[in-house]
Amino acid sequence: MNELSLYILDLVQNSIEAGATIVKIEIIEDLVNDKFSISVKDNGKGIPKDVITKVTDPFYTTRKTRKVGLGLALASQLAKDCNGKFSVDSSGKGTEVKIELQNSHIDRPPLGNIIDTLLTLIATAPQVDFVYIHKTDKGVFAFDTKKLKDILGEDVPLNLPSVLEFIKRELSDGLSNLFGGANIND
Amino acid sequence: MIKSIQELEQIRKKALEELEFRKQQGEGIRVVVGMATCGIAAGARPVMLKFVEEIQKRNLQNVTVVQTGCIGLCKYEPIVEVYEPNKEKVTYVKMTPEKVSRVVAEHIVNGKPVYEYTIGYEEAKEANK
Ligand code: FES
Repeated sequence: MNELSLYILDLVQNSIEAGATIVKIEIIEDLVNDKFSISVKDNGKGIPKDVITKVTDPFYTTRKTRKVGLGLALASQLAKDCNGKFSVDSSGKGTEVKIELQNSHIDRPPLGNIIDTLLTLIATAPQVDFVYIHKTDKGVFAFDTKKLKDILGEDVPLNLPSVLEFIKRELSDGLSNLFGGANIND
Repeated sequence: MIKSIQELEQIRKKALEELEFRKQQGEGIRVVVGMATCGIAAGARPVMLKFVEEIQKRNLQNVTVVQTGCIGLCKYEPIVEVYEPNKEKVTYVKMTPEKVSRVVAEHIVNGKPVYEYTIGYEEAKEANK
């Protein structure tokens, strides 16, 4: 996979399959320390310990472990390739997957189209609450579908075309502000 | 985050009308996109978004797009299944955004599945090799 946003999509798919109702995606671009970090945290049913050690090994992807996600193996490999760190914590409630990469590493994929990833998730799993936080040296962008739901009410799902269109605009505005340098702390 | 709560409230009103209309139409068509790792790596994301876009463009109120995990046919990803009420499911393989446009026009709108994109066609082709 050549975009970090595809790794993120895959990790969140695991969360959804684990029955999560809240998924928090956090990206921190820390130029000062040359780090690009991604965290995906959910309140799903978690991954058993013995399975975690297996799924991060790409050579141990039998049919059985596939369900838990070949993506974890890919993500851990990516961290290795980019002089980074990878961890899965499923000890408490839910699961948190962390990927930390050397930002300037030649093999670090670009973030890619994170808006498409978020839209895909919201469109196909409108029942889940997604929180997206993106920090750079210039500021923070925060997006929370729960806030939209509060206004739209129970009976209007987020995957209606008109709502998705609104979300797409919110995300592109917010992110272009972030990269344009404005500080848009929520 | 929300610049225009007003705008959202307007969307809410329109959405409620859309939903009412959907209800009157009865059971609709379901498009299911496989989004396991291999599906994502093979390009499921643009395929999924293309369905959403086409459905929106054509204002098809009775079609929903959802995702599923592993369908178990890695080499055919991205895979899309179309469920129509009272009809057999149609499985499309090796999908691309271009193929999506045709599936929406011919199958979803006009009720005629695009045979060349289905798994049946693909398997017959392979058997003849
Ligand atoms: S892992 Fe490829 S279809 Fe399931």
